Amino acid sequence: MNNDAILKVDGLKTYFNTDDGIVKAVDGVSFELRKGETLGIVGESGSGKSVTNLSLMKLIPSPPGKIMEGTAILDGKIDILKMNEAQMRELRGNKIAMIFQDPMTSLNPFLRISTQMIETVILHKKMSKKDALKKAIEMLDLVGIPNPEKRVFDYPHQFSGGMRQRVMIAMALSCDPEILIADEPTSALDVTIQAQILELIQALSKRLGTAVIMITHDLGVVAGMCDYVVVMYAGRLVERGTNDEIFDDPKHPYTQGLIKSVPRLDKPDVGRLFSIEGQPPNVIDLPECCPFHPRCNKAMDKCRTTTPAVTILENNREVRCFLYEGEK
Amino acid sequence: MSKYILRRALGLIPTMFIIVTICFFFIRLAPGGPFSSEKKIDPQILKNIEAKYHLDEPLVVQYVRYLGNVVRGDLGPSYKYKDYDVNFYIGKSLPKSLLLGSLALFFAVIMGMGAGMLSSLRQNTWVDYLSMSVAVIGISVPLFVIGPVFMYIFAIKLDILPTSGWIDEQGLKALIIPVFSLSLAYFATVARLSRASFLEALRSDYVRTARAKGLKASVIMFKHVLKGASLPVVSYLGPAFSGIITGSIVIEQIFRIPGLGRHFVQSAFNRDYTMIMGTVIVYSLILVLMNFLVDVIYGYLDPRISYK
Repeated sequence: MNNDAILKVDGLKTYFNTDDGIVKAVDGVSFELRKGETLGIVGESGSGKSVTNLSLMKLIPSPPGKIMEGTAILDGKIDILKMNEAQMRELRGNKIAMIFQDPMTSLNPFLRISTQMIETVILHKKMSKKDALKKAIEMLDLVGIPNPEKRVFDYPHQFSGGMRQRVMIAMALSCDPEILIADEPTSALDVTIQAQILELIQALSKRLGTAVIMITHDLGVVAGMCDYVVVMYAGRLVERGTNDEIFDDPKHPYTQGLIKSVPRLDKPDVGRLFSIEGQPPNVIDLPECCPFHPRCNKAMDKCRTTTPAVTILENNREVRCFLYEGEK
Repeated sequence: MSKYILRRALGLIPTMFIIVTICFFFIRLAPGGPFSSEKKIDPQILKNIEAKYHLDEPLVVQYVRYLGNVVRGDLGPSYKYKDYDVNFYIGKSLPKSLLLGSLALFFAVIMGMGAGMLSSLRQNTWVDYLSMSVAVIGISVPLFVIGPVFMYIFAIKLDILPTSGWIDEQGLKALIIPVFSLSLAYFATVARLSRASFLEALRSDYVRTARAKGLKASVIMFKHVLKGASLPVVSYLGPAFSGIITGSIVIEQIFRIPGLGRHFVQSAFNRDYTMIMGTVIVYSLILVLMNFLVDVIYGYLDPRISYK
């Protein structure tokens, strides 16, 4: 495939050892991320999208969590998953930065914004305290915080939710990371603020050339800003393609169901909104099968006994479904 | 903030007034008085004594007179020890109790928070189990058992520390066993409290953010975790300090320390009204002052609390 991928994840498996058995939270996920590109990872709660990205940062609580196998090659050179803790610290916040779902709790309530912002820059860019503060103010200005030279000395509780997420974005981008992982960055925000934050992420990533991995369960977010889309279900990748491919011609029955479940204002009213019946499976000791088969309207006998492999279609599209086996 | 401090400080006055009032009338409900003894005293002599101490006046008059004296800082004469007044005895014994209590609390907080931190970092390992077991022992075993056991081990069996006495006769060595015994229960509580709050802070989203920024574990612990995790311990400090000062009564008895605790207990048996009042005032003053101090410190530690 393309050689200009800045991150190439292959066969990532992250399991959690619990009292009830082994939870295969991520079970063989592969994707690529190119410079300046935005990749969307969609899936329901528990589909493994957050764990995938925490694995890339090696921030899985361990024990019980463990990265079992897989590679994640950064810049075509180094495998993140083989790095030790000291090397990972060099990487975190510097080459790969992360913003989280709830900006209300993701900032330390006891420390001033200035303290929290400059420590990253001082650590990774070896700047002086004074320069780091200047950089922090510059970044706050960039994310649209009014009066940044004053507000930088405020505490998190003095900001609104949307403003706090802006601060998180400013903090994450202050070391010019190559990759920004945004883990449901708008799920905890008001709808009007959501759009602003997404636009901000998009505009800044374009301007700074940062590649973005956008984790979300909101297909609207994906449709609006992602170049590529990975759909996950029960810890596995079920489909991967470009934005247009996924939305115009979804292949996997799960993706088709997801897209049909989105309320559309631009299409004529078709009555009751579609929903996928049933619940996602428990990923503890999942037997050999397609995990989606109980909810699939195209399920065959084979789906109940065999796990489908990934089929690669034209234009490097990937789908994990027996319906497309043998196609290319 | 300074306005708040002033208002809180003024608020201490009515609190103390209520304590003094309740105490003044309650101790007079107890049967007997400072001059009742098994030996029959001549009624005329008793009358003279009571007149000398104004005990023959109506209670309300006595109360007003006492209140006036207290406001002027005079706690009155002791009814039992006739050579000196209550101020003298408290002035002589309180510093000893304060030194003992402060040292014990200091060790309890430093060691307790250290143990809590280690336990939370090594949760469910032998380090965690060991320090929490020590904590359970510290909480469950009463002082009057711990004191003699330490005394037996270190003073009698190993013979490296004095059994009892105060600095003036034994030197600083005299402090070791009493301070250590007194601090054990508080160490235990601080350890358990801080373990829980460290664990909570370590699992918080903001610590995840700090880790995602590439900070070292030690920086995360001391810069991001410590401040928030110390809040429950700080709020425990107020009651703990007054508890440790009053709790030193037992220790003072066991180790022959001439502290305030002895007067507190003795005066109650003696119906030594003024001495009871004096010690109660001192103890409650320590309690309300500590709580006040803790609230102020809290405001500095947690920026979300704004005092108006």
